[in-house]
Amino acid sequence: MMAAFIALFRRDLALAARIGGGTGVGLVFFLMLVTLMPFAVGPDMALLARIGPAILWIAALLATLIGLDRLFQADDEDGSLDLLRMSPLPLPLIVLAKGLAHWISTGLPLALAAPFLGLLLALEPKALLAVTGTLLIGTPALTFIGAIGAALTAGMRRGGLILSVLVMPLMIPVLIFGISATSAALGGTIPFMTPFSILLALVLFALVSGTAAASLALQNAEG
Amino acid sequence: MRLVINRLTSIRSGRPVFSELALRVEQGEALTVMGPNGAGKSSLLRIIAGLLPPSSGTVSLEGVEADTPIAEEAHYLGHRDALKPALTPLETLNFWQAMLGRTLIAPMKALERVGLAHAAPFPSAYLSAGQRRRLALARLLVAHRPLWLLDEPTAALDAASEAMFSALVVEHLASGGLAVVATHAPLAFPSRTLTLGAKA
Repeated sequence: MMAAFIALFRRDLALAARIGGGTGVGLVFFLMLVTLMPFAVGPDMALLARIGPAILWIAALLATLIGLDRLFQADDEDGSLDLLRMSPLPLPLIVLAKGLAHWISTGLPLALAAPFLGLLLALEPKALLAVTGTLLIGTPALTFIGAIGAALTAGMRRGGLILSVLVMPLMIPVLIFGISATSAALGGTIPFMTPFSILLALVLFALVSGTAAASLALQNAEG
Repeated sequence: MRLVINRLTSIRSGRPVFSELALRVEQGEALTVMGPNGAGKSSLLRIIAGLLPPSSGTVSLEGVEADTPIAEEAHYLGHRDALKPALTPLETLNFWQAMLGRTLIAPMKALERVGLAHAAPFPSAYLSAGQRRRLALARLLVAHRPLWLLDEPTAALDAASEAMFSALVVEHLASGGLAVVATHAPLAFPSRTLTLGAKA
């Protein structure tokens, strides 16, 4: 069973690396959102530095949505999903393997790019570190919440937009505690661990409930 | 081992596709499912595979451990070849072997059987429709499953490949396997025929 899990995980990573798309487009989208901000807000360095972490988080959240629609749709279209469902690997583990591979190819690059994009927003080194850290911890939650929407819209031709509308409200708690953990790390009255532990809890909750809900949605895709 | 289908009814979007279907497929036997388009051949295979819930009735495979679902005892070859254009045939088979478990023959051997050994290191995107179908057939060889559910397996195959396909099925049956094949073209191996009628 472990061998099957690893095989699926590695296949999805190989496909992501060869087809590209998700990783590259997500990063460019992230870069564009962040570069648009100074144009909209104006060249006020102090203001940008203050709202910078929030901008990075919102941009990362939106960039996560890019490519998420293909998470199950690609396998659904070519018939692979039927065979995966018939394999001995339980469906929740299939979702988990695909979700982890998807996070590594889309969410992780966003978190790693965040410190460089943070420079465009005049963030202090400490703030760069804080926002990168919270994004590293928080983006898996975004991926797995998104997986629910991806599973629900797997059979739809234009599923991408519906997917975004479905999952964005569910991502709000992650956004709130991701940003408040970042600002708590930079000082303030709230101790860092308070919002950060809630963020951790949200990540664990998203891993479990996202996996379970997505596999239920895939199970009942046909009827 | 025996496949038993009991009073199976399928209603899709309010239209009965077939009703009260009962049949048995014995070990070493092939069942050919024929009938016009829309008669429910694909639905029947998908129901047996556990991919589609039946409206009523049961499908069971006797002679296997009671708690294994049929899906894990069956190979399903659908209309779509389930291939990734970016992966090579060898990678594809290696993946399915690891994913399905119960290794039968090595992926490279399976590619030789279907005549695709020369294409092993190139991305599947370069394969023709017939070669894609042969690669999909090779998947049946890398993992052991007693029941083969084949939906139009010979679509896009040339005469030589059809003969190769028949040989694979005959071998599978001789080793104690079962096969349910939905097809329009008559097959080159002995089999019982079930004809589903299209209801208007």
